[in-house]
Amino acid sequence: MKPVNEMKMIFESRSCNESFARSAVAAFIAVLDPNIEEISDIKTAVSEAVTNCIVHGYKDDIGKVYIHAKIFEGARVWINIRDRGCGIADVKKAMEPLYTTCETGERAGLGFSIMESFMDKMKVRSNPGKGTSVTLEKSIVSKGK
Amino acid sequence: MPVDIDIDEKSVTAYISGEIDHHNAGALRAKIDEAVEMSYPEVLIMDFGAVTFMDSSGIGLVMGRYKLMRDLCGRIIIENAPRSIKKVMRMAGIEKLLSAENKKEGSFV
Ligand SMILES: Nc1ncnc2c1ncn2[C@@H]1O[C@H](COP(=O)(O)OP(=O)(O)OP(=O)(O)O)[C@@H](O)[C@H]1O
Ligand SMILES: [Mg+2]
Repeated sequence: MKPVNEMKMIFESRSCNESFARSAVAAFIAVLDPNIEEISDIKTAVSEAVTNCIVHGYKDDIGKVYIHAKIFEGARVWINIRDRGCGIADVKKAMEPLYTTCETGERAGLGFSIMESFMDKMKVRSNPGKGTSVTLEKSIVSKGK
Repeated sequence: MPVDIDIDEKSVTAYISGEIDHHNAGALRAKIDEAVEMSYPEVLIMDFGAVTFMDSSGIGLVMGRYKLMRDLCGRIIIENAPRSIKKVMRMAGIEKLLSAENKKEGSFV
């Protein structure tokens, strides 16, 4: 199916871009007249995926983060966020609630759980050494209400 | 810095404002921990009234302060969390740290 609108963005994996990235996606879908909760859900899910690219995918390096977003007929939003970083060896395990490889005790291990519950659909594909791709989908149903 | 800190005899109150993400969680953590480690309060109150966005980095921030206060035999209370922030907190089950009033208004479950 052909999207009714589409955008791509590429930015460096610097933490100051986290806010920029989620705001850009929110601005892109604004034409669908989402309500505050839908905007907040999408911004949170995008922030999770982007932060994972920055914190885990590239760790101490700077690499590029790619976002591709589409809007389909019926106000369906499709968002792909990917990196060319270290990848995930066991995706199923990474997706378990509270699972984290972060050792500082300052990460909850809930990023994937939040993406899954705040969006209608989430798909994760990853290749160790090659990178990680997360696809998120959500239908905007509120028409601003 | 998007946090104002009030210290009194038994408590530290951190009034956080703006967006809590991975980019700014580190600075928030440093400021709050500095106040806690200076005054060893019985209770740390984290006020989310002016927070406009929070992702899992905010959960990490709360859980980290929870552990810190537990090590000091103290406790933490979350105050004034807006609806959207409570929704994120619920993912971690940390809404039980919400103050009684904050739990009541706008029931969430
Ligand atoms: N883009 C990525 N590249 C490499 N590893 C990743 C990526 N995204 C997630 N991971 C791995 O999956 C684990 C779980 O991710 P998730 O977002 O659920 O939790 P977290 O990032 O560790 O903590 P939180 O998101 O709660 O701050 C991470 O600890 C990391 O090991
Ligand atoms: Mg994460």
